[in-house]
Amino acid sequence: MIPTLFVTSVLVFSIVVLPPGDYFDTLVSESLASGEKADLTRIEFLRKEYGFDKSPVERYVLWVSNLLRGDLGYSFEYQLPVNDLVGDRMVLTIIVSGFTILFTWIIAFPIGIYSATHQYSWGDYGLTFLGLLGLAIPHFLLALVIVYFANVWFGVSIGGLMDDRFLNQPMSWSKFWSIMQHLWIPVIVIGTGGTGKMIRAVRANLLDELQKQYYTTARAKGLPPGRALMKYPFRLSLNFFISDIGDVLPHVVSGAEITAIVLSLQTTGPLLLRALQSRDTFLASSFLMFLAFLTVVGVLISDIALSLLDPRIRLQGGQTK
Amino acid sequence: MNAPLPAAGAPLPHTFRDEPFDPYSVEKMSEAQERAYLASQWTLMWWKFRRHRLAVISAVLLILLYIIVAFAEFFAPYNYQSRHTAFIRSPPQAIHIFHEGSLRAPFVYGESFKLNIDTLRREYTNDTSSIQTIRWFCHGDSYSFWGLFDGSLHLMCPAEGGSLYIAGTDRLGRDILSRMIYGARVSLTIGLIGVSISFLLGIIIGGLAGYYGGTFDLLVQRAIEIVQSLPQIPLWLALSAILPATWSPLLVYFGITIILGLLDWTGLARAVRSKLLSLREEDYVLAAQLAGARPARIIALHLIPGFISHLIASATVTIPRMILGETALSFLGLGLRPPVTSWGVMLNEAQNINVVALYPWLLWPVVPVIIVILAFNFMGDGMRDAADPYH
Repeated sequence: MIPTLFVTSVLVFSIVVLPPGDYFDTLVSESLASGEKADLTRIEFLRKEYGFDKSPVERYVLWVSNLLRGDLGYSFEYQLPVNDLVGDRMVLTIIVSGFTILFTWIIAFPIGIYSATHQYSWGDYGLTFLGLLGLAIPHFLLALVIVYFANVWFGVSIGGLMDDRFLNQPMSWSKFWSIMQHLWIPVIVIGTGGTGKMIRAVRANLLDELQKQYYTTARAKGLPPGRALMKYPFRLSLNFFISDIGDVLPHVVSGAEITAIVLSLQTTGPLLLRALQSRDTFLASSFLMFLAFLTVVGVLISDIALSLLDPRIRLQGGQTK
Repeated sequence: MNAPLPAAGAPLPHTFRDEPFDPYSVEKMSEAQERAYLASQWTLMWWKFRRHRLAVISAVLLILLYIIVAFAEFFAPYNYQSRHTAFIRSPPQAIHIFHEGSLRAPFVYGESFKLNIDTLRREYTNDTSSIQTIRWFCHGDSYSFWGLFDGSLHLMCPAEGGSLYIAGTDRLGRDILSRMIYGARVSLTIGLIGVSISFLLGIIIGGLAGYYGGTFDLLVQRAIEIVQSLPQIPLWLALSAILPATWSPLLVYFGITIILGLLDWTGLARAVRSKLLSLREEDYVLAAQLAGARPARIIALHLIPGFISHLIASATVTIPRMILGETALSFLGLGLRPPVTSWGVMLNEAQNINVVALYPWLLWPVVPVIIVILAFNFMGDGMRDAADPYH
């Protein structure tokens, strides 16, 4: 895990930091474009201050040692420490992602179970088709279309996560309520893909389990279908669900980046994209690194949880060739 | 069964057949069975694929689309760059076949606009007195077909001096339908090229790792883990953000395909590796080894044919992801840039909700994107099912 993280950090650093040009170039060209004079001495000073005159290796070591101390660096564009900047948006992102995941589960599990227990019925065909649609239709296009139709039908702009007057306000009950009112659209838009995926997974896993002997035995000895289903096959089919945690964790934090831009959500995704475009080095690289870290941790957690829950997996581990 | 019982004491009727006895009758197969048993793997796959209605429809649709793409210059009513300053942001013109209750050849009504001084919007009105019959197989905007030879033949053109904007025009007065047809050329090929790159990488790297195992396998496994631990969309963005702005559109196009391909090979490499690991234990491989075949021969002649169909199927499933990747990048303004046109580049103009609310036809490129992605998904699904005909 640690070697993986090390290589990842080198990669992230070289992708974000090493290409020619830096934030100060962007700054100079922007101020030139807007007709102002760029203060070259100040920029030279800033460059020195943030170590842009050092060799890449030195800068890398500096960056990583700061990361290890929990200091994500300084955002040039927002003139704030990255920790503060990201922290604010992180709360909102986690709210959106949390509700999205909840939405996914509430919709997907019943549908998946229904599809598996009524295989090849019309209901099964219809629902799996819907799931496939949800999986295939790209989020940000769906968001575009929904925003347009909401505008036509309700005459409101539904972008954003809260009423404009709550922007930059501290969290309060009325702000929370406003967020709740705006939340359903991003939740539905972002949730459709995950729902489709989960329906398929629940269905496939349950179908595998339903054909096994123990289920027949359980039914034969007189267990009612609902209990027989819940007690054995359903629990086994949850394995995939745990192994999915590794995937879910980084998404909880990054949010759906492009959808967030279309819906103008104040989450971390757009922040990251903007940082990448304007070469806001520390913000972009530290945040990318944070996401990669979460992925690795997620995989670790799901591996541990799986081996705790399912003894078969632990046994198989020793025998791989 | 329902024959009456013989009377009590009467001899039972004999039951035997008159026709000669054929001891092989049990083994004999009906013609259909024989065909099924003797069919090759690919034939079986084709039969199975054919049963998946949705997949077949999708495949036909995609083939049609690629034909249109190949002859985009012919199918598009206009050149994608030709600007019609008199028709800026004209709404779509509906095609009619009835005029005042009588049937006619397909036509559109002429348009004229008035500038609304309050909103500074051009308000287009239909002029039902001017009927512009659409011409077919006609000469219109000139083009250079594939950059090779010049032509001006189009499937359909507006009437002489008329206009034909079936999907409206954009802010420069360019026909959106024509741009969509030309844009398909970029959007649809980028997926194919990207998949070919990732396919090649996946087979070579995964194949070597799977067959030789050992240290190389270990390294590849770690590399795959690392690539997969990087968040995909931000990484695309980071990589495409560093493509120099000075590159020519063609270079950017290849840069984007390579980025998409480079980040996508891991899944395929894993599939190849695990398949090779399990297949190399099969008896027929042992037989080949005993017969003295070398590894290269075994991989190429015995192992790869066994799962190439799987690979093609799983590659098909990744094509829509690439198409979407390009669309998303261009939509954000990080991918392809004008003058190259793709569906994503066109949607870039629809980023602003206020613009979309006024000129909703700018959203038209969403439709082909979704159709193509659904079609590829359904076709991939059918292919994946068919790839294992013995199942």
